[in-house]
Amino acid sequence: MSAPGYTPDEIMTVTAARHLKDGAVCFVGIGLPSAACNLARLTHAPHLVLIYESGTVGTKPAVLPLSIGDGELAETATSIVPLPEIFAHYLQRGRVDVGFLGAAQIDRYGNLNSTVIGDYAHPKVRLPGAGGASEIATYAREVLVIMKQTPRSFVPRLDFLTSAGYLTGCGARAASGSPGAGPRAVITDFGVLRPHPQIEELELAALYPGISVDAVRAATGWPLRVASHIETLPAPEPADLAVLRDLEARTRAAHAQPIRINLRN
Amino acid sequence: MPLLPLTEAIATHVHDGDSVALEGFTHLIPFAAGHEIIRQRRRNLHLIRMTPDLIYDQLIGMGSAARLTFSWGGNPGVGSLHRLRDAVERQWPQPLALTEFSHAELALAYQAGASGMSCGLMPHHADTDLARVPGAMLRTVRCPFTDRPLAAVPAINPEVTILHAQQIDTQGNVLIRGIVGAAKEAALAARRVLVTVEERVERLGADMNALVLPSWLITAASIVPGGAYPSYAQGYYPRDNRFYLAWDQIARDREAFTAWMERHVLGVPDHAALLRALGVAA
Repeated sequence: MSAPGYTPDEIMTVTAARHLKDGAVCFVGIGLPSAACNLARLTHAPHLVLIYESGTVGTKPAVLPLSIGDGELAETATSIVPLPEIFAHYLQRGRVDVGFLGAAQIDRYGNLNSTVIGDYAHPKVRLPGAGGASEIATYAREVLVIMKQTPRSFVPRLDFLTSAGYLTGCGARAASGSPGAGPRAVITDFGVLRPHPQIEELELAALYPGISVDAVRAATGWPLRVASHIETLPAPEPADLAVLRDLEARTRAAHAQPIRINLRN
Repeated sequence: MPLLPLTEAIATHVHDGDSVALEGFTHLIPFAAGHEIIRQRRRNLHLIRMTPDLIYDQLIGMGSAARLTFSWGGNPGVGSLHRLRDAVERQWPQPLALTEFSHAELALAYQAGASGMSCGLMPHHADTDLARVPGAMLRTVRCPFTDRPLAAVPAINPEVTILHAQQIDTQGNVLIRGIVGAAKEAALAARRVLVTVEERVERLGADMNALVLPSWLITAASIVPGGAYPSYAQGYYPRDNRFYLAWDQIARDREAFTAWMERHVLGVPDHAALLRALGVAA
């Protein structure tokens, strides 16, 4: 098979962007989610409202931020609010349509670990921790997860539950009182997993061109369910790839600028 | 509100064993003040910060901290804080006790502290393992009106909160512009408030609803241009994303880290000398 003309990161980003409807309010994480949200805003969803957890609401960055609090996000925001407000008045109050999450581990019910690998008190790997993720997972009307799929990250059992997906499935999340609907799609470098409508276990729902079901099964640490009909996702449009690559080139140029500080005060 | 040299402000107001919150969410992180704490060899601090960032990686790696209260401990957009990881995973250079929250919980804990409340309340939903770890500070209570479950987080009242800000006026009032994080709540929760600022001006020229900390809330202030570098001060200089990327390599290795700190922090008299040594100031 010849090289597809796009990278795994690019098709993940384009696929995630296609999940965003114009006008939706998105709580954006850094990395691929931020790239996907801005790609959507620059293409089919010009009225997408981007909120970064630094309290920047309605931000329209010309270059991708390295952190969730770069000055670019503040300069292009509709409003900048204090942190207690972004979590209480926007997220907790139910004003966010889509939350974007990644993690180190995910299980078959879309529960996420971004805290530790190993035992909490004596971890093998100490990960950054929850940040905004646990409340995003609870309160966003729906959650999109973006993760590279490997048996080490798609695990039968999480080392730590940081952010709730469908918990143990079969309505456990709804019974717990979580207001948001939970993870509606898990976008990976193979395709897209979605929860089964009743048992809420993730199942393979869509594949990128040239990817086999067996390859996805081999990259999953539990026996992966497969939907009765598997959609084949389109390759990224050249126009989308051009916008994404242009955005990334602008970002690299901006981040390479040397900093000068004037000490004469 | 006395205007003090930073060396004197830290010597007078930050003591061994204090609980100290250097706040500023990605923006206005008080690096100069943190470095001065390292130079003065403070020990057994209880460090509090939503995002420990590079400044706490440095304080932890230099053995200043016995405890960390936090909600997200990574190098934003880059990866791990290697010194934080080394302290938690291998107790180097000493053990570090953790009190861990989510961002929403820690912001609420500051707000409770700033309001004279013993705890802050939020709706209780799906349990996460954070509520079950040893030393977890989350409790569930019932709403007295609806009987619904609520999650309670204990108030945080640091002995000292340290902020970096853009301007101080001749009366000692302090202006913060841009991303404000939980700076105001952390300051109002604290017993003592230290501030470093980019510059002193006649008048702040602040908008009516701008974040201005009145002089009488501030214990001491110091004028430290570039005091937030390598984070940033909106309107003065941008975040040095290249430095955040470079830190990943410096901090990965104990010897490389120690050599960097000895040369750039312990080996210079003040922040201006650090900025000159790094080539970001003339």
